[in-house]
Amino acid sequence: MALLEVISIEKSFGQTRVLDGISFTLDKGRALAIIGSSGSGKTTLLRCLNFLEKPDRGRILVNDELLFDAEDALTQRESDIRRKRLNFGLVFQAFNLFPQYTVLKNVTLAGELLLRERGKKQADAADGKQIQDEARALLAQMGLTGKEGAYPHQLSGGQQQRVAIARALALKPKILCFDEPTSALDPELTGEVLRVVRSLAEKKMTMIIVTHEMAFARDVADEVIFMDEGMIVEQGPPQSVISNPREERTRQFLARFSSEA
Amino acid sequence: MTNFSTIIPRLFESFQLNIQLFFLTLLFSLPLGLFIAFGSMSRFKPVAWLTKTFVWIIRGTPLMLQVIIIFFAPGLLDMGAPWGSGSSARFTAATVAFVINYACYFSEIYRGGIQGIPKGQVEAGQVLGMTKGQIFFRVTLLQVIKRILPAMSNEVITLVKDTSLARIISIKEIIMMAQEYTAQGLIWPLFSTGIFFLAFIGILTVLFGRLEKKLDYFKVL
Repeated sequence: MALLEVISIEKSFGQTRVLDGISFTLDKGRALAIIGSSGSGKTTLLRCLNFLEKPDRGRILVNDELLFDAEDALTQRESDIRRKRLNFGLVFQAFNLFPQYTVLKNVTLAGELLLRERGKKQADAADGKQIQDEARALLAQMGLTGKEGAYPHQLSGGQQQRVAIARALALKPKILCFDEPTSALDPELTGEVLRVVRSLAEKKMTMIIVTHEMAFARDVADEVIFMDEGMIVEQGPPQSVISNPREERTRQFLARFSSEA
Repeated sequence: MTNFSTIIPRLFESFQLNIQLFFLTLLFSLPLGLFIAFGSMSRFKPVAWLTKTFVWIIRGTPLMLQVIIIFFAPGLLDMGAPWGSGSSARFTAATVAFVINYACYFSEIYRGGIQGIPKGQVEAGQVLGMTKGQIFFRVTLLQVIKRILPAMSNEVITLVKDTSLARIISIKEIIMMAQEYTAQGLIWPLFSTGIFFLAFIGILTVLFGRLEKKLDYFKVL
């Protein structure tokens, strides 16, 4: 059974149609890479999944639960959207860490706020401790032991992005989305972030990765989608989409890519 | 010299009115400014339009005139005596005028500070399941404060000196007090009022400097 089901998503900004009928499914434990040139709609698709943009048409289901239906206003209530968002995590291109908090606090903040909201006064101390412990473990997993007390501006871009990944993982999302996680990094720093994403793939984290790193997509993804002008042009295992594309447009895109690289 | 020892305490006493007006204005205009800022950023156009027009009127007319209008208008319009009576009525009216005026200036500083925070900060909070309130208070607010601190310290310093405008409705603040001596042929009390302002603003400058330093531990990215 598919963990994620995206059905006929359409999205326009003014006259520009950015997503034009996107449908795909993703099974649990699989890593999906989305490739395509800038403006092909990859980022908008991720933003729709995370409820940062509202699709004009289409449906989104996770575990067979209807999270969003453009036809059904009941699925779009602000109060529910918060809860539904937690099915997904999103790692931004620009990290977007909270600059006034330490690394540890960046990772624990959202969890602590959720805990407080549930108003469990009694269990607070123990649960708070648990959140802290889990955050430390996540940071260790990201290779950031010893950086818990640092502030974002004291870290390199690669370190910041790894904190951002830990922050997203702390809320235990079912599906973790990456929006070009290495595009804002100096070339020598992309490796450390990609290594972390790779290790998550090995642990069978369900992921959607928008990326320009073709070699990485080929190695790590179980599935690849090539998007162009808001549509899925080609979809399949990386051995076919990246190494052996059927479609002319995919070939053109990849050719341009290898000549740039 | 007997002059000196009687006049200085009286100037001190009258300066307390300036300081009271200063603190009361801050107390109410700082939060009110935030409401006005949200109003002018409202997605509901009529609210944004109304708020912006109001801010334009308040910033576009002299504070001195506003003090006069707020003090005299209720009487002229036959609205009773909302400010009470006697000298406390004058002080209340002046405070109200100052609060409204400064809230409008603060609102524009707030607006600039809030709109200057990268959208990604809010979005990061959203995808982590935070409420709008949590995002504002836990994520953006401190960054906004850090950003607007220099502009705010300017405005607050201006407020100290503006408190003297209250004399237009016969509030006996320090300059009005000193002018009474000028009328008697003594000019030095008026000149000396500058020292009071300098000293008070000196303290504020140090405080703002400390606050800025305190927020130095992080950088707005």
